[in-house]
Order: sequence, then structure tokens, then C-alpha cells
Amino acid sequence: MDTFASLAQGLAVAVQPMNLMFALVGVLLGTAVGVLPGIGPALTVALLLPITFKLDPAGSIIMFAGIYYGGMYGGSTTAILINTPGESASLATALEGNKMAKAGRGGPALATAAIGSFVAGTLATLGIAFLAPYLVEIAIAFGPEDYFALMCLAFVTVSATFGASPVRGLTSLFLGLLLGLVGIDLLTGQARLTFGVPELVDGVEVTTLAVGLFAIGEALYVATRRHHHEEVLEPVRGSLWMTREDWSRSWKPWLRGVAFGFPIGALPAGGAEIPTFLSYSTEKRLTKYPEQFGHGAIEGVAGPEAANNASAAGTLVPLLTLGLPTSATAAMMLAGFQQYGLNPGPLLFAEKPDLVWGLIASLFIANVMLLVLNLPLVGLWVRLLAIPQPWLYAGILVFAAMGTIAANPSVVELVMLGVFGVLGYLMRRFDYPIAPVVVGLILGPVAESQLRRALQISLGDPWALVQSPIAATLFAITAVALVAPFVMQGLGRFRADED
Amino acid sequence: MTPSARHRVDPAGLAIAAILLALALLVFWDTSRLELNAVYGVGPRAMPYLVAGGLAVLALGNAVLAFQGALPARESIDFTALLLILGGLAALIALIGLGGGFIPATAVLFAAVATAFGRRAILTDLLIGLGLGLATYLLFAKLLALTLPVGPLERLL
Repeated sequence: MDTFASLAQGLAVAVQPMNLMFALVGVLLGTAVGVLPGIGPALTVALLLPITFKLDPAGSIIMFAGIYYGGMYGGSTTAILINTPGESASLATALEGNKMAKAGRGGPALATAAIGSFVAGTLATLGIAFLAPYLVEIAIAFGPEDYFALMCLAFVTVSATFGASPVRGLTSLFLGLLLGLVGIDLLTGQARLTFGVPELVDGVEVTTLAVGLFAIGEALYVATRRHHHEEVLEPVRGSLWMTREDWSRSWKPWLRGVAFGFPIGALPAGGAEIPTFLSYSTEKRLTKYPEQFGHGAIEGVAGPEAANNASAAGTLVPLLTLGLPTSATAAMMLAGFQQYGLNPGPLLFAEKPDLVWGLIASLFIANVMLLVLNLPLVGLWVRLLAIPQPWLYAGILVFAAMGTIAANPSVVELVMLGVFGVLGYLMRRFDYPIAPVVVGLILGPVAESQLRRALQISLGDPWALVQSPIAATLFAITAVALVAPFVMQGLGRFRADED
Repeated sequence: MTPSARHRVDPAGLAIAAILLALALLVFWDTSRLELNAVYGVGPRAMPYLVAGGLAVLALGNAVLAFQGALPARESIDFTALLLILGGLAALIALIGLGGGFIPATAVLFAAVATAFGRRAILTDLLIGLGLGLATYLLFAKLLALTLPVGPLERLL
């Protein structure tokens, strides 16, 4: 089987001592930053991007894999111990996990989350390894009009179909598309929306937008309503280890979580909430201890946490095979690739198999490292949680500013960071989802170039867009996905993937 | 409009709709200024017009939401904290822009944000910020060879 050969080749890349070290550094940094309250995986990746500027592509992408999975682990620790889910995908974990921590069962809650994440991460990474080559084969046959249709579908599902309000989600998306227009048009050299500012000619930097929206926006939001809430850190009391009963109640939710998380994550729809909430409600229905739900049921941590991790790994499938980011975190990973001029997609599998398979193999290694490191080191991470809030946010803002100015040494970049921060604050205050802005900025220009390429081939005949059966099907699904939420308001219960 | 209906109209929502409309007009105006040579297929104008059109429609959608009063309930906010953080960012930008260097700028931002989050020890926080700035500068500019803004203090290192 081809996959095994490729995977073995990737493992050979991943176990080189330097690459193992990159993975370890990534895992440690990812967990350390991800565990900080208010910092989700997307911001973790965005804040840590500058560190990898001077590394070679293979090493830094392996480090990214570690940061990505580490950020996911760290986020669940925060959700359990202070009930501040850094992202809405951790909401379900926080629901039961924090209750367990309050009842002195924080240790087993952290353990079932960690082991569940490991199981989910491993199975889902296997899923990537087996699914990706097939998708690559399909993707090779895609013409520009098919890609354009696929991106339209991703735009709609990411912003409208699964969001709280389709109008708000689409508003966020179009703000992202608007920002994506800024700069030189690559095909004609025309400057669009630059207003004579030279720094805008190269376009809006994805990291500046993400760090502004997530870090500055979150800091402003928390600071201005600090007088309403006080965060309480639950100490980890009692044994860290899971009892025999904990194990027997956990393993099935883990597997069911993977079954929900991976396929939904792998669809070009994005969103880890749906699988986590599906997993939560399924476990609630299947459990032998329904009375414990809402008061700290271990199934309610094990299932959603596995679903969350499996869907995070699942989003790597469309990202690697089609270059299609369907969550803010995946968009940041794409920005990481683009930093080295690498464009994920079928071509990358053909041109740089070492890199792609090295990355996939590193995901396995990062997962093992996380399990080994996290259970014994949980006390250390918990201490990070105890950093006083003023210093924590002051430090986050310092690093945000540092990363921005290091990426682009210009005061204008810092001004943009501040403007995006205010935008992020307002979007939080008025409940607009944030992920679609980042996805819009990064996918908008790609979608435009595919559209124009398609119409160039057809000499401007717009009907060419729907003559390919793949594109026509995708457009039809897009139309359904756009109309469905207006028809079925019931879907509005699920919030859009956000950090 | 009946008084009860007017009661539920959310002015902030209308402001959002107005801003979206203004953005749509801005894109439209900027795009119409592009000088074009003949291109096959669609040129650099198509996508901006699509985006402008979308923004205009969404402005309408948001206005409808505002008239329905469908915006989420909002809590009162602490304006001092908002101004402190934005002021800290502005001071950082000014210090770096005027050649003050990375470390002092970092210290001011750190102290401003810590104060916004309720700390009342500006001098201590400035010192912590200086230490953090110094450590960050040494780690990133010296060890990882990133370019960070240089002022009088950084030249000594």
C-alpha cells in the first residue's frame, strides 16, 4: 500500500534528531501558550509564527504540528480548571470538566481529556494519512472553476450555515474578503484599496489580522467587562490517575468522539462545535449515569474532547490536500506554509512528499510527546494558569506587538494591529464570529485568482463556471448551504467555529 | 412606526449597517478609479464589485436585524480600561516611530495594560515591562536574529 511507504518515509524525516527537537519545542510552546486563559489554538499559532521565521521550512512546519496539537491540549486544561473555554469547541469540555474539578476530580478530568485527545489525535492522523492520497487524486482533476466552487462552498459553510446568525457570519466573511482585496492585483499590477500607503501594497498580513482580532480584541473585551466576572482557578485535588471505572466509562466516548469529529472536520465545512455538541448529547443519552450530567460526568469530558481533537486533525485534510482552511487555526497553519512560499494542495504532495509526509508523521510523534509530557507535567501547566490576569494580558500584548513588528518592521503595521484589535473587540461585543474574517482574508485572493483563471480560459463566458459537473454540484450544495439556515432556524443553536 | 416598535430599534445596529454601506461605497469608488487595459475574462474590477455588492446587501441585512432589535444584549463597559489599553498601544507606536526603541515601548505598553486590568503599581509594572522587553529583545533579536526596532537602549546591548 502506497500510504505505508509514504508514511514510513515521513517517519524517517520526522525522527531526525533536529526534527524531533523541533517537534518537542513546538509541543512545549504550544501547550504553554495554549494553556493561558483566553488564548485558543489559532492565537497560539499566530503568536508563535514569528519564532519560526528564521528556521528551515521542514523544521518549522514540524514545529507547527507540535504547536497545533499542543495548543489543543493546553486549551482543554484551561477549560477544565477555570471554566474559560478559549474557543467554543471547548465549551462542552468546560461544562462537565469544570464541575469535575470543583468536585475534586480535576485529575481524572484532565487525564481523560489528555488520553482521549491522544486516542483521537492518533486515529484522526491515521485518517489523514489514508484519506489524503485519495483526495489528492480527486483534487488533481479539479479545474479552476471547481476550485472556485469549492471555495464558495467553504465560505458559506464557515460563515453562514453553522453560525449563530447567517447575516452576522456573512458580514464577518465579507469584511475578510474586503481586507483580502487590499494590495497589488497580481495579474495586472493594479493597486487596489491602498490609498497611497506603501505598506498596504503587499496586502494585509494574515498574522497581523489574526493577532489583532484574537489577542488585542480579546484583551479589550475582557478588560472592559472585568467588573462583571471573576475567574476562579480550581486547584487540582486528589489523584491524577483514572480509576478502573473511569477507564471503562471513557473509552467508548473517546471512540464515538472520533467518529463524530474526524469526518465533520474533514468536510470543507469547518467547525469543531457540531461534533463536540453531537458527542456531548450522544454521551448524555447513552450514559448509565444520566444524573451525573451537569454535575461532572466523565463521559461529558471524554467524548467532546476526543471529538474536538479529531475534528482539528480532520481540518488538516482539506488544508493539506486542497489548500482549503476551514477554521481560524487552519488559516493560520496555511499562513505558516505561505511564509515559505509553500502552497498546500495536490501539487505539494507531488513536489515535496518529504515535507508533507514528514508533517503527518510528526503529528503522530507530537501526539505521543503530548501524552508523555502532559500527564506528569500538568502541575507545571497549572502554575502557568495562576499568572495574575493583569500581567498575563500585558505579556500577551507585548508579544503580539513584538510578533507584528518583527514580521514587518513598520509603524503602519502596528497601527493596523490596533485597528484590527478594535475591530475584534467590536465583533465580540456585537457577537459577530471572528474565524470567517481570517478565512476570508486568506481564501479571498485565492478564490479570485481561480475565478479569473477559469474565466480567462473560457474567454469571459460565465457559463463555463457551471459546465464542469464537479463545479455545478458544488455550487448547488453551496446554494443549499446558504439557504438552509434561513429555512431551518434550528441549526442556529450551533455557534460558528471561533477562537 | 408604532412607539413600541421604535423602542426596540438598536441604534448601534444601525451604525453597523451604515459602516458596512460606507465600506461598500468606498470599495466601489476605489475600484471605479482603476485604470484598465483590455484583459481577457474578468479584470481586477470584478471581485471588488462582488465584495462591494455583498457588503451593501449585508448592510441591508444588518439594518433589518437592528430594526428587529435582534442584536445581543450588551453589558456595561469600563471605558477607562479601553482607553488605557488603546493609549498603551498608541504610546508604543509613538515611541517606536520616534526611535525610542523596542524595550522602553514594551515597558509602557506592559504597564498600561496591567493598569487596565486593575493593577495599581505603575512603577513596578514599568520595571517588569522593562525586564520583559529586555528578555524578549535578547531572545528574539540576538538569538533568533529577528529585526526589532532599535533605540538608544538597544544600541548598548
